[in-house]
Amino acid sequence: MSNLENLYKEIILDHYRTPRNRGELPPPASKTEGFNPLCGDELTVYLNVTDGVVADIKITGQGCSISQASSSLMSVAVKGRTLDEVREVLAKFKNMMTLDGEVVDLTDPLNRDVLRSLGELAALQGVSKFPVRIKCATLAWNTLSQGLEEN
Amino acid sequence: MSYFNAVRVREDIPALTRIINGRPITYLDSGASTLPPRSVIEAMDTYYRLRHANVHRGVYQTANEATDAYEGAREAVAQFLNAPGGAEGVVFTKNCTESFNLLAKSWGVANLRDGDVVLISEMEHHANIVPWFQLRESVDLEVRFIPVDDNFELDLTNIDELLRGVKLLSLTAMSNVLGTINPVKSLARLAHEHGALVAIDASQSVGHLPIDLVDLDVDFMMFSGHKMLGPTGIGVFWTRPEILNAMPPFLGGGGMIADVRLDGYTPATGFTRFEAGTPMIAEAVGLHAAVRYLEGLGMANIEAHDRELTVDAISRLNDQFDGRVRIIGPAAHAERGGVLSLDVEGVHPHDIAQVLDEIGVCVRPGHHCAKPLMKKFNLAATARASYGPYSLPSDTDALLEGLQRAITFFG
Repeated sequence: MSNLENLYKEIILDHYRTPRNRGELPPPASKTEGFNPLCGDELTVYLNVTDGVVADIKITGQGCSISQASSSLMSVAVKGRTLDEVREVLAKFKNMMTLDGEVVDLTDPLNRDVLRSLGELAALQGVSKFPVRIKCATLAWNTLSQGLEEN
Repeated sequence: MSYFNAVRVREDIPALTRIINGRPITYLDSGASTLPPRSVIEAMDTYYRLRHANVHRGVYQTANEATDAYEGAREAVAQFLNAPGGAEGVVFTKNCTESFNLLAKSWGVANLRDGDVVLISEMEHHANIVPWFQLRESVDLEVRFIPVDDNFELDLTNIDELLRGVKLLSLTAMSNVLGTINPVKSLARLAHEHGALVAIDASQSVGHLPIDLVDLDVDFMMFSGHKMLGPTGIGVFWTRPEILNAMPPFLGGGGMIADVRLDGYTPATGFTRFEAGTPMIAEAVGLHAAVRYLEGLGMANIEAHDRELTVDAISRLNDQFDGRVRIIGPAAHAERGGVLSLDVEGVHPHDIAQVLDEIGVCVRPGHHCAKPLMKKFNLAATARASYGPYSLPSDTDALLEGLQRAITFFG
């Protein structure tokens, strides 16, 4: 697989071209804005948390394919989940993104399990090989994390 | 190229021998930083190997040589700019941004009062915006903007009105985003008629256009060494010696003093007052070599070379992509430099740059430290390709190939 295909996996291109959970939520949903000052990407995450569950999430904004796909994949991964589950997937995702450009050793059962548990999100693992693009992939997650704190 | 042999220039640039992802490097990011020729690298190398000593201190031979080399660089820069007052008005800084901070925090603090106006433009780099906003925190200053029109040029329709009450016009000679070359000389004359001083950001132009400070008749000029084939870590702040001598010190410490006592200090005079601490000696030596190299090529020749590449690239971009690739900058026939900001329909600049990297093409995605300008044109980012004296039409070939790939890949 070429570098590019490793970065832009089919799932990523699909979520980029057809982003899920696009749009806004009216109050009382929370609204959190995220910026990437280096590249100018902007993102707004709308969260509706009821009884400890992310009942609904919508996202607006503009950015590159990685940031757009990551936010779309994130919305699918957290919608309908309890806050504890959301925090767990957040931690796993951030961990995957901070491997300092190391290729994940898939022969290590622990890594395999983590990636498997991330489901479609694992498609973004290739991004960790491109250090400057990691911030594109993590923008939505950092914004979500901030939104959860404010909730 | 009929003006000078860019193929020969290329042979002088070691960084252009790199192979990136299996392809020879296509360096189209000279707007961010130019690649130094061997003579610059060797001058710094020789300095460190044989002559290194601190300047303005020792009496031994190599210390004298280091001082001569450092001051020789100042002379060379002054001659390169045809600076009125010669080397006396040349201050070495870390980069253009520090030069702007010197302007705002020394001259600005001493001369700007509540109600005064600084006129800049919407196409300025953050370096010529943020220091004025910072100054506004302590002085009730108005920061006024010359608008940019739909042709990506300064809208000078109401310039007389805009200049009313202005103490300083601070303007870029060439936009690092648009490539627009501004009519600095005529605007400086007009600003002077309104009683304003004029500062010019020459970062983007200094390595690409001839500069003659006597002819331009401006009051301040600033730029970075690494945008004119020199090293990073050195910038220039120039002003008329009479203005310089009236400016209060900026950074304090060794080197910038005439006397230090238990009850206070007396600053040195002239440029020395603004060069606190051990300066960037090796970088000054490198900058000197860069000036010599540019003089050898001839700045008018470099300008013509840029122009030829840019006109060719614009026409080929328009032909090949039929409007899908929009150039955010003046048309080919306008006064413009070799900076091409591209907006590709449906493909984000980051993705463009990533695909281009795959074939060894270096461009810059982002807002180019000019967010107000990007906002004005409703853009979060562009992919910017920019030329240097070592650029060839084959660099444009690689750019077009990469753009085609990106468009195909992202559909």
